[in-house]
Amino acid sequence: MTGQASAGLDARGAAAWIRRAAELVSAEAERLTRLDAAIGDGDHGHNLHRGFTAAVAALPGDAELGETRPGKVLIAAGRAIVSKTGGASGPLYGTALRRAGKALGDASEADAAAVGAALKAALEGVQELGQANEGDKTMVDALAPAAAAYAAALDGGADLAGSTRAAADAADAGAAATVPMQARKGRASYLGPRSTGHLDPGASSTALVLRALADVTGRE
Amino acid sequence: MVGIVIISHSRTLAEGVAEVARAMGVGKAVVEPAGGDSEGGLGTSIDLVEDAVARADGGDGVLLLADIGSSVLTAKMLIEDAEGERILLADAPLVEGAVAAASMAATGADLPAVHAAAESAREHRKT
Repeated sequence: MTGQASAGLDARGAAAWIRRAAELVSAEAERLTRLDAAIGDGDHGHNLHRGFTAAVAALPGDAELGETRPGKVLIAAGRAIVSKTGGASGPLYGTALRRAGKALGDASEADAAAVGAALKAALEGVQELGQANEGDKTMVDALAPAAAAYAAALDGGADLAGSTRAAADAADAGAAATVPMQARKGRASYLGPRSTGHLDPGASSTALVLRALADVTGRE
Repeated sequence: MVGIVIISHSRTLAEGVAEVARAMGVGKAVVEPAGGDSEGGLGTSIDLVEDAVARADGGDGVLLLADIGSSVLTAKMLIEDAEGERILLADAPLVEGAVAAASMAATGADLPAVHAAAESAREHRKT
């Protein structure tokens, strides 16, 4: 159950995460697209709004959520995002969610350690597919510090809510730190030094998705 | 015969590259375009790419050529999902790689040879 702030993540919790991520991404879609227009191809917010809207539509109904697994919910959401997003964020977010879902396995409720392992698996999937390292001015610059901060918080005795909050805060800081970076992946990399001085849209949207996780796991 | 799939952000670009590659494959090579997103705009649709792979697959494997960004990522993701099936992505410029691959595929060469031909297109300098 997700009734307690410190409880694990069950299928309803995973679905709530996807819904909250869709809300945040849609609310910020214009800002993300504006960021993308500066150094990318100007469609990030629109694409992610479309992808996460499709992910919400693919969520199981309320009765089925009582029966299914959080891992399955994330895998289905990832598949919908891959089909409907259209830009590079589709395969990247789709891989992140599918790997996270696979890492959760068949458990009916993921505890705080399992969610940390899922974040790590998501990061590995994104890096494998996109071949990006930290400092390349990509979503990895938000996701990598988030996974690390989550693990550190958990080691320090934090519960699921505390660990996801640490991850979201680290993702925000990681995204902000992309401003002076020179892009080494994607369209922005063609701009060379002209790509500096801008916030990376992928890191920004990743911070929103991790904030969504903190929001739903922190709810009473 | 090895099939070839051209993945581009643009439907017309994918079709145009496929047209040129088919001509260079002397009408024998099977070259299928997968261009644009699921709504007919610029982008990539994994569903369109999967359909093109199914059309191109004659049992001897399929070589993918992709333009940039999401086309490349979608190709890599599809290969990961198609565990055990014979699908490869060429690290090659789109037009030159497609022409080289179609030329080699038309000889009846196997997938590794068609893949190598596509990647050798990188070495054909223009100046």
